[in-house]
This record gives sequence, structure tokens and C-alpha cells, in this order.
Amino acid sequence: MASRKKRAAKISEDSEEEQSRRQRLQAILLADSFATKLLPLTLERPNVLLPLVNVPMIDYTLAWLESAGIEEVFVFCSMQVIDYLNNSDWYSHKDFTVKTIESPQNSTSAGDALRYIYEQQIETSQIQGDFVLVNGCIVSNMPLTQLIQEHRDRKKKDEKAIMTMVIRQSLITDHQLFIAVNPLTKQLLYYDEDNICFDKSLLDRNPSVLLCSDMQDCYIDICSLEVLSLFVDNFDYQHMRCDFVEGVLADDIIGYKIFTHEISSCYASRIENFRSYDMVSKDIIQRRTFPYVPDMKFSGNRTLKLERQGIYKASDATQLPSAHVGASYVIGHATNIGSGTKILNSVIGNGCSIGSNVVIQGSYIWNNVTVEDGCEIRNAIVCDEVKVCAGAIVKPGVVLSFKVVVGRDFVVPAYSQVSLLRQPMEEDSDEENLLSGVDLQMESKLGLDGAGYIWRQACEDEWKHSVPPIPKDKLAEIIKAIDDDDTDDESVVTTSGDANTSINNDLFDFEREVDGTFLRAVEENIVADLAVLEINSLRLSYNMESAHCAGAIFYSMMKLAVSTPHSSINDLYRNASSIITRWKGLLGFYVKKSDEQIEVISRLEEMCEESAHELGTLFAHILRYMYEEENDLLQEVAILRWSDEKAGADESDKVYLKQCEPFITWLKETSDDEDG
Amino acid sequence: MPDVQSTVVEFVNKLRKRKIEGSQATAKCTVELLRSVISHQRVPHANQAAALIDAVKAVGEQLVAANPVELAVGNVVRRVLHIIREEDLSLTTAAMGGLDLLDASDDDDVDNCKGIGYPAMSAAVVAAAARSTLRPPSLQTLLEGTPESATVPYTSSSGADSESKTADKSSLTRKLKHDVIEGVNQLIHEIAGCHEQIAEQAIEHIHQNEVILTLGSSRTVLEFLCAAKEKKRSFRVFVAEGAPRYQGHLLAKELVARGLQTTVITDSAVFAMISRVNMVIIGAHAVMANGGVIGPVGVNMAALAAQKHAVPFVVLAGSHKLCPLYPHNPEVLLNELRSPSELLDFGEFSDCLDFGAGSGSLQVVNPTFDYVPPNLVSLFITDTGGHNPSYMYRLIADYYSADDLVM
Repeated sequence: MASRKKRAAKISEDSEEEQSRRQRLQAILLADSFATKLLPLTLERPNVLLPLVNVPMIDYTLAWLESAGIEEVFVFCSMQVIDYLNNSDWYSHKDFTVKTIESPQNSTSAGDALRYIYEQQIETSQIQGDFVLVNGCIVSNMPLTQLIQEHRDRKKKDEKAIMTMVIRQSLITDHQLFIAVNPLTKQLLYYDEDNICFDKSLLDRNPSVLLCSDMQDCYIDICSLEVLSLFVDNFDYQHMRCDFVEGVLADDIIGYKIFTHEISSCYASRIENFRSYDMVSKDIIQRRTFPYVPDMKFSGNRTLKLERQGIYKASDATQLPSAHVGASYVIGHATNIGSGTKILNSVIGNGCSIGSNVVIQGSYIWNNVTVEDGCEIRNAIVCDEVKVCAGAIVKPGVVLSFKVVVGRDFVVPAYSQVSLLRQPMEEDSDEENLLSGVDLQMESKLGLDGAGYIWRQACEDEWKHSVPPIPKDKLAEIIKAIDDDDTDDESVVTTSGDANTSINNDLFDFEREVDGTFLRAVEENIVADLAVLEINSLRLSYNMESAHCAGAIFYSMMKLAVSTPHSSINDLYRNASSIITRWKGLLGFYVKKSDEQIEVISRLEEMCEESAHELGTLFAHILRYMYEEENDLLQEVAILRWSDEKAGADESDKVYLKQCEPFITWLKETSDDEDG
Repeated sequence: MPDVQSTVVEFVNKLRKRKIEGSQATAKCTVELLRSVISHQRVPHANQAAALIDAVKAVGEQLVAANPVELAVGNVVRRVLHIIREEDLSLTTAAMGGLDLLDASDDDDVDNCKGIGYPAMSAAVVAAAARSTLRPPSLQTLLEGTPESATVPYTSSSGADSESKTADKSSLTRKLKHDVIEGVNQLIHEIAGCHEQIAEQAIEHIHQNEVILTLGSSRTVLEFLCAAKEKKRSFRVFVAEGAPRYQGHLLAKELVARGLQTTVITDSAVFAMISRVNMVIIGAHAVMANGGVIGPVGVNMAALAAQKHAVPFVVLAGSHKLCPLYPHNPEVLLNELRSPSELLDFGEFSDCLDFGAGSGSLQVVNPTFDYVPPNLVSLFITDTGGHNPSYMYRLIADYYSADDLVM
């Protein structure tokens, strides 16, 4: 029906415009948890229902969509979510319809979900045109109407512009995402989540490319209907990003285009693992998500009162005066806190009871949790109805799933995940199997009176995805790794595995770049100081030593001298000496130490070998010229050291040493004289 | 009734999401909503006033809870309650007066006589009369010209509606409800016209070649300044930009478009410029019962600077901004902290705002409002004229009844 509408609309421009105005703003919210990053919690409850600062995540997403001007949202979700929505007040809004689509049993990815929606679409054609695709639990406050309009306008101009992706700047360390964007049109050219490796032809096709490694993907897309049909055509597409986006970008036959939209002043973030859970929670407490903050009623939530220092407190929470609570702390309804308890930077849900002398720091305690006296919980997530018995210690990075009991004086090791359910052996075994497979022989790994299984660590870099701040040493490692990557990035060649060759490649590229810069400097007759600046920036980006620079610059200078037309050896000498005089400021900047000067001499030697017939004869002269006329450039010490080094070399290597023997002996004599 | 309920829910949602901004717009929407609530409310035979009061209170509580920081909502709800009480009182006293010989206990009799006794008198006149008989006349009641209010159009659609629906009901019921709606219409009229009422007084306050300082953006201030301009007064305006929302920029644009000499300064330059300024004019968010003012953030600083240099600090406020509560009342939410991204872009400081620093991370606080204590305010200009801060309690006593202060 939509296509028929479109055809009809093409007849007259006016009616099309009218249609787009009449078109309801629609959104698809994929609320099924396809990701496994929040295991073991998502075994028992879908991720959109997990509380984020005491409010289920889906409420944040729906509240945002509603106030951003979306009129109809299709929630693709499991039965549990539908039950939740039925009991909420989301159906009572007048200008905001929520429709649920129950996810079929066999859908395991975003791709399956979209294909299922497309199948339904054929029957009902409920999605009328461009829609907002929201992938998972997003907390945001960005306005959408204008963005949708931009997308529509672009689509009208260019039929192939099927998607607009929302990105925002973030820290480099959170994740690794490399994207390349055309800075003028904002068209997305490249997207990769692991490493950077792209075709040079990309650079040929686009005059300028902006390569970013500090962008975060918000997983909010404005899509045209073509996106759905693309998923159907390519039935092996599973993930929105690594299959679909990369597929569209790689396929230049159909030529679909994806555009990006960068947000700066508004907020958008997706919860995909425990680390982003922690970050988004802190952002909410810091009110970045305004008006979706705990002291405002934006959905079915009960409001808390904001007190000084960013403490949010429910009116009926009780807290003994001797309890010490620090900044950024949320305490839910009907929660009791005992005496001498210290709570910092944490969120405590509704109906909890916290004993006395407890330490809770940087943790998320959900609803109806009992923490007995003298416990210590740091940087952990503690789910509903967990009981932590007296004296137990929960180390950083721990996740205690629903109804787990931690025994008396037990120490839960760092980064462990504890659940009443056993860890599924294979990723795809489903919940039913697990429940039936539980033999009631409880391995009480959580102390004498504890209940629950400690899961095997899924991967080694657990610290990357969990709540506690990244340890200092790991952080340093990441930054180092990124810096290394950056040096590769600039080279824009496919990086080869072998470290050695890559360094050689770098050197080669660097020299080429320096050569280009130098020639341009000569052409445009730039002041030496400016050329120094340019070469310096190259040096920094390639991480080169100044000896390399000196060598490269000298090489370029000599190359220029040789390539300048000359009739005789004398002409060549004159050329070379004039270039050296002209650019001594540039070269001099890099040849301050004798090591660098030796590098220059050996480069000269190399060049002489290469063009033996011409430059070879001038070796001694140029050396002498650089010593005498421009006496800053080469110093006696360096020349003498060079000759000493060369003295032991093969006979064939000594050609040039012999050539300048008289000069060196003279040098030696003068220095002896001075000594004498 | 169901459609009233849904409009209430819709309005509550809008308030919650902070989609309606500005106290005038909020006040207007609130009073219109309350009018429809009243007109749709079925009133029992006896004790009609109480039924209306309960209905309005129930809705009012929801509205106030939806956006506690917008005090105009509560003010308007209290004003409507006051109108109901006044009308009720006036009807009773009138009935008492007309029937002093008869046994006044019978309701029907009261109705009939009432209907006969005062058929032609407008509700507003009755109310004014009642007010003047019950209380010593205040400046407020004198200023609130009865002839003007008597000319308020008699035809309100909803009023007429309810009239026809309840035609078979007892006439007292009809009369009370009708009078109340009449009073509410007058309130709507008053809120809608408050800008003009205030702007009319501009000529008395702004003189030739003066320099006026204002901060942030307020429609009342804009109208006020423009009214003076229209009267051929030539003066200069300094606009403090009102960081971080920079609404002062918008005001400056408007002023220039209307041909005023305008200079934009930063908020921090207020103290430096104040010595050249002849008067500070500010639009209030709310005026508290003690004469304190809640205004855009930075206003207190401007008021202190004005005091230091003995520059008059004038606050413009429509009567719907008069709040009968005191600022130290624990139920009053004075401020709202908005998103820190208005101050800092996320990218800029992301490294110290994020998890990396742990507990020592940077906090950003972005309050919306500022409180100016009454001793810093020289003059209030409301739609009923200029008043001293110490006079506020009197105005409030005229507009609100003491029973409604705690809702």
C-alpha cells in the first residue's frame, strides 16, 4: 500500500508533500535481548525490564520517544515485556500509541526481528514510510522530528539515502569503533568495530575523508522502508551493524547510502553491557538525561526528592542519622538504612533493608535486597531479593543475579557472576532446558547458608565490560594500544601483520610525505620555520626520531639538486650548495646532535652510491661545504666519528672515505693543533 | 466527563515533560482546563460549592504534582477555588438579605427567592459587593473596577452548555455554577490581558534617556519596554544574556527588531555596567508571599549589584504569579536542576565526567531559578498597579482564601 501511495504521489509534487506531512511519525523498538552481554541477568528477565536507577529501562526509551514527537511505536518484545506494558499506563496516551509485536520463538537477532516485522508489514502495511529504528535500551533526550524531516528531504533528493545514523562523541577507551565520514555530506563511508582496514579506492572516490575513532554509535537510526526489504533480501544479515551497515557500505552495485548525524548538546546512550549500565546510571544521576531524572515523573515511576550533593531520596526511606551517605546517591521507597553504614556513589532500590556498619560503594542494589550487618559491597550489581548475610564481602565487578544468597562471611571473588541458574553450556541452549536440568544437589559455593552458582568467566577481558572503573594498568595498556593504532591509521595502507615490515612501510611513507612537503615548500617558497612546523607534525604523527627527519630532508634536498637541470658537475655542485644554503634553517633544526649528523652523512653516501656517476664525485665537496660554508650543519666531531666508524668497514665501502681523506686529515690536524 | 479526564491526563503529561514553558502559558492552560472541569461537574442538590471545590481540588493536586516548580499552576487553582468560595458566599449573603423575614432553612425557597430577587445582577457585581461588605475596602478592591468587570461578555460556550444541560435542575445550582464560570472567564481574561495591563504603566516608570538593565527573557518585560518606546520615549536597554540558556539573546533580537537601542552584555558584566544603569527591570517566575522573587538564574546577583549602586530594582509580575506560599515552606520546590549539557558539551569534558575518575569526578550543577529576598526589591508592577514588597501579603489576601493555602 505504501508503494502504491508513493506512485500516486509522484504524479503531483504537492500531494507528496502533503502526504509526508500527514505521515505519522513511527518508531520500531527492538526490545528483545539478543545480546548476551548482560548475562546472567537476562536469563530471568529481559534486559529492557532491568531497572536503571529504579526505573525499568523501557520506560526511559518510551518516554523519550513520546516526547520526541513519535506518534506510534511498535515494540518488538517477548511475552514478559508485553505483560509489563499491559500493566503500565503507556496505553493511555492520546497521541502516542504503543503496539506490541510478540517475538517468535526462533528469532535470535535483530535481523530476524526485522524480517518478521516485514512479513507482518506485507499483510498490514502498518509502517507507512520512514521510521525510527531503536535498537535495544536507549536512554536519550534528543529531539527527533527535525532529524526525520532532514532524512526525508535528503531522501527526496537522493533515492539511495536510506538511513541516517545518530552518533556522538565519547571517550576513546569505552569501545573501539572506527568510522569514516565525508565531512561535507556526512555520508558514512566506513564502519568497523574491531580494527581499521579499508580500501584505498575509498580515498580515490572521496576528496576528503574524516576518520574518527572517538565516536560512539547511539543505535538510533532513521530508516526508510528499503531497510526492511534489504534485510529480507539478504536473509543472512543478523546484526544491524556488523552485517547490515557493513554490507550496505561494501556493496556499491545498488549504491545505497547511509548518512550520519552527530549530536552534541543532547544525550543518547545505549546500554549493552555492565559498563555502559554503570555509565548511563551515573549520567542519569548527574541529570544529563533531563527531564528523565529520578525527581521527575516521566512514566509510572514514583518520584524521589533531590537533596543537596545530588542525593535523591524517597520520602518514606528511613536512614539513621549515624549513617554516612556521600554524593550521587539514590535511595528508593520504603528502604531502611542502619547506623554506621557508609554509602557512596550508589543506587539503592525500593524496599531494601541495609544493616548497620555496611559499606556500599559504586554499587547498584535493586529492589527488596537484604544486606545484613558488616557487609562490604563495592562496584557490584545486586539484583532483586538477593540476601547478603552478615560479614560477607562482595568484591568489585561482581554481579549477583536474582534471589542469590551470599553466605555468612563469604568473600565473592572479583568479576564473578553468580546466579541461581546454572551456566548454559552452549550459548543457544534456552531457559527451559536449564530449569529442567537443575539437579537439586546445590553446590553451595557461596558459603554455608548461601545459594547460587558462580559462573565460569566468559572471557578474559571481563574488566572491560563490568562496573568498576578500569584498573590503572589496563587503562594504560588500552591507551598505548590506541596510540599504536593511530600511527597506523595515518598511513592509510592496509596494515600488515608483521611489525617489522610495518615499521619499514612507515619509514618509507614518512620519507615520501617529507619529500612531498619539502617540494611544496620549495615551490611555494615557504619560510624555513613554517616548513619545520609541517615536518614536525609529520614526525609526530609517524612517531619518528629527528634523525629520520634529518635523513629524509637531506635526501629530498639532494634529490632536488640532482633533478634540477644542470650541464656539468660544477653546475650540480652549485645547485646543491645553493639548496643547502637556502634550507639550512630546516635541515639545521634536525641536525643538532652528532648522531643526526652522521645519519645525514651516511644518507649522502647512500645517494652517491645510487647516482655514482654524478654525485659520487662531489661527496667530499658537499661534505666540506656543509662543514665550512654552513658550519652549523656538520660538526667536526660528527665527521670524525663517521670516519672512525667507516675505518673498519669493507674496502668497497671506503670509496667515499678515501675521497675525502685529505679533508679528514686536515680536520684531524686542526683539532690536534687546537689541543696542542 | 471521560473527555475531561483525558484532557486532564494529557495536560498533566505535558506539564511533567516540561513541554509548556513560561508561567503565563501554563496559567492560561490551567485555568481553561479548570473551567471545563467545572462546567462538566455534576453538582448535587445540596452543598454545591463543596462539590465544585472538591472537584477542582482533585484536579489541582494532580496538576501541581506534575510540575511542582511551576508555581503558577497552584496559584491559578487557588484562584479558582477562591472564586467558588466567593460566589457561594455572595449567593448566601444575598439570599439572607432578601429573605430576612422568611425561614431561610428551606433550600427550595432560597432558590426561588434568590432567582426572583437578583435576576439582573451579574455575578461579578455580586462578588464585588460581597467582598466590599465583608472586608474593609482595600486598594486592590478599589482598583479592580467593578464597572469594567460588569461588562464581561455573558456568553461562555461551556457556561451556556452546562446551563442548557442542567436547565431542569434547581436554579440555585445553575446560578452558582454559572456565576463561578463567569468568574473564571474573568480570570482568563485577566491572565490573557496582564501584559497589556502592565505595559500601560510603562510610561510612568521609564523616562527619557534612561538606561534600563534586564536579564534573561520575559515577554512581560518585552511588552513593557516596547510600550514605553511607542510613547516616543527614547532610552537604552542593556540585556544580560542569561547563561546558560542565553534567552537574553532572543530578547535582544526582539528589542532590536522593534527599534530599541539594545546592548548585550554577559551576566558577569552586570556589576561593571550597573553604575551606568538607571533602573533594573526583571520579569519574575513567581512572587512569594513575603515579597521575595523567583526569577531566572543570575537575578540575585543583579539585585545585589543594583542595591550596591542604589539603582531601583523593579519586578514585573502578572497577578497569576503571586504565590500565597512562603519560600521557606518545605512543600515549595523553588528550583529545578537542568541537564549539565547546557553548560558543557558532552565531548569536551567526557574524560572527567565519566567513570574513569570514579568518585572524584566533576559535578556540574545547572539551576534554573534564583531567589531574590524582598529587601532587594524596590517595586512590584502587577496588572493592578505598582506595589511595595511589604504590600504583597495584602494582595494575596485579596486573591486567595486562607483555606486553600494547603491543598
